[in-house]
Amino acid sequence: MKANEVILKAENISKQYRLGLVGTGTISHDLNRWWHQIRGKADPYLKVGESNDRGTKGGSQYVWALQDINFEVKRGEVLGIIGKNGAGKSTLLKILSKVTGPTTGEIKTRGRIASLLEVGTGFHGEMTGRENVYLNGAILGMTKKEISSKIDEIIEFSGCQRYIDTPVKRYSSGMTVRLAFAVAAFLEPEILVIDEVLAVGDAEFQKKAIGKMQDISRGEGRTVLFVSHNMNAVQSLCTRVIRLNNGKIVNQNGEAPDVAIENYLLENITEEVIKVDLPEFKVQIKNKHIIAYKEPIVFELNIQNNFKEDKQVFIDFAIVNKKEEFVLHHRMYAKNQSLNIKVGQQKIVINTQNPNITLGEYSVVLYIYDAFKKVLFWKENIAVFQIADLNKELSSIPFIKSHIIPEVQLKQV
Amino acid sequence: MDTKATSQDWLYTISPKKKLIDLNFKEIWRYRDLLFLFVKRDIITQYKQTVLGPLWYFIQPLFTSIIFTLIFNNLAAIPTGNGIPSFLFNLAGITSWNYFSSCLSGTSDTFKANQGIFGKVYFPRVITPLSVVFSNLIKFGIQLLVFVSFYIYFVFFTDKAFNAVPQTAILLIPIVIAFMGLFGLGFGMIISSLTTKYRDLTFLVGFGVQLLMYASAVMYPLSYFKEKVPDYAWLVEYNPMTTIIELFRYMTLGIGEFSMSKFLYAGVISVAFFLIGLVIFNKTEKTFIDTV
Repeated sequence: MKANEVILKAENISKQYRLGLVGTGTISHDLNRWWHQIRGKADPYLKVGESNDRGTKGGSQYVWALQDINFEVKRGEVLGIIGKNGAGKSTLLKILSKVTGPTTGEIKTRGRIASLLEVGTGFHGEMTGRENVYLNGAILGMTKKEISSKIDEIIEFSGCQRYIDTPVKRYSSGMTVRLAFAVAAFLEPEILVIDEVLAVGDAEFQKKAIGKMQDISRGEGRTVLFVSHNMNAVQSLCTRVIRLNNGKIVNQNGEAPDVAIENYLLENITEEVIKVDLPEFKVQIKNKHIIAYKEPIVFELNIQNNFKEDKQVFIDFAIVNKKEEFVLHHRMYAKNQSLNIKVGQQKIVINTQNPNITLGEYSVVLYIYDAFKKVLFWKENIAVFQIADLNKELSSIPFIKSHIIPEVQLKQV
Repeated sequence: MDTKATSQDWLYTISPKKKLIDLNFKEIWRYRDLLFLFVKRDIITQYKQTVLGPLWYFIQPLFTSIIFTLIFNNLAAIPTGNGIPSFLFNLAGITSWNYFSSCLSGTSDTFKANQGIFGKVYFPRVITPLSVVFSNLIKFGIQLLVFVSFYIYFVFFTDKAFNAVPQTAILLIPIVIAFMGLFGLGFGMIISSLTTKYRDLTFLVGFGVQLLMYASAVMYPLSYFKEKVPDYAWLVEYNPMTTIIELFRYMTLGIGEFSMSKFLYAGVISVAFFLIGLVIFNKTEKTFIDTV
């Protein structure tokens, strides 16, 4: 068993889907396809099809959810797969876990693949926790012997000892998830494919789950393919990251997590929402995309004033999290500060103190108006950045509900 | 990189399925525990939270036989042969028909009923219909016990069953039971594969199975049908289920006659259906999640 050996190789993986209703015209297409097949010709519907871009309306009924995906994974690597919604991540996962076949191409592996697209697949409410552990384990590919040898550990890890011989339908949803994840955590395939199953359970359990995942990938040297939207989880778990966009790999050989996340964040900027953008008043923004926890947040504005006169302006900005909640909101007007923007080009640096903002991805809303409250510039999503635990100041990944992590001193008196 | 040197020894390959039969028996064997656990799940969860529990296994064929005897033998006066109680005749037919029909309807919605599991995790899909056939086999075994009990009752405690004599061919009964299972499984797999695309079949199965029962000589002997409706008798005669049920009744009760050609006919049809079902099922298994 060589450490640097390629354990999984994907070659020209493509997946085609048919749009619209299944059922209309399928028989005629099926017959036509069959007619081509018996004459030894290629599938006539494989030639058509367009790349998968939700926004644009295409002419073809067929669409490529994945196109020419090639990648290799080495033994012991933790490969992250990131991309926007609809980029093809789930389709790739489904093909890797053999739930659906590729339209073209091959994936070759040197080990058993087990996939966790969901926890608790096949759980039956009428059966007891213990019976479900056996059933779920077997569905995930374990033999009865393997499960029997681990059952005590599984039950202990789940923390459901008291209920283990009670039907699962009497469990709370949290307990079901715990039990289900416990089974999955004790899977021992050579290659583990994981979807965002960690977005379940309470905070304590999530932390336990991520800790277990780190053990699996680091300590036990397992090969893991990890798909997630949670950039901090990707950053802390993965050794290499590939990015998908519209069904294609954007960075062919993958990138280090930091680089990949930065590029992924930049990709998102193209979705900026423009509210006001006057030709007389042009604004460009520059910022660092991965910012350490507690590090000051700095933006550099490049303003081009094409009006005939200087402008007295107020600059407001907000830092918005993934749930579109304002984490920080700065209003110069409220503080009675204003700035004189001369005709021509000008550079402004906004240096914001970082009040311990929680790890995560953020976007920026920028809003500039003059003394008469006339809006000169207004864009949402103009810049994006991630706050990451670069200096390892927080233990593991904190699941903190607040926007800001307070610094608390405890003193006994 | 050392990919060149070791590029031959890939363990698994995921590719678009091209071969006609691409069954990995080794893999199915590796998942045998899952098969066992599925069967166990089906058995123990079926009658949970019912008062009568497994008694339902007995009640259903018993009551059907009673009704059939009342309607078809007492009211419609269909003869079941001298010295053979109609009730026993019907019970034999219903028990064997039930096994076939529960295999058929149980496997015919495999893909639709399991799309939740199938969409999330891979295991050899054939395990699911196989588990249906095995759990129904256990159910059939229990119902066979009911049949045997009534058989003993009629033979030893009444004088109505003086002609009901098991034949030596009864030694072949496990094979006949296998035919029922294979035929139901094969038929069910074909339907389940087609229903992923064409839902119409779901409706057809519902009443189709019921109609088929009337054409399978469950509540009448084939010879009587031939005598009364000779024009359409071929419809019943070439129905493999008729042959199977007649064989079952011959072996257990000694009604009708045994012919090797009939036995082979039932066998060939059942195995053919099973193989065709397997091929179609296998072809569907890779892509059904996109169409279901």
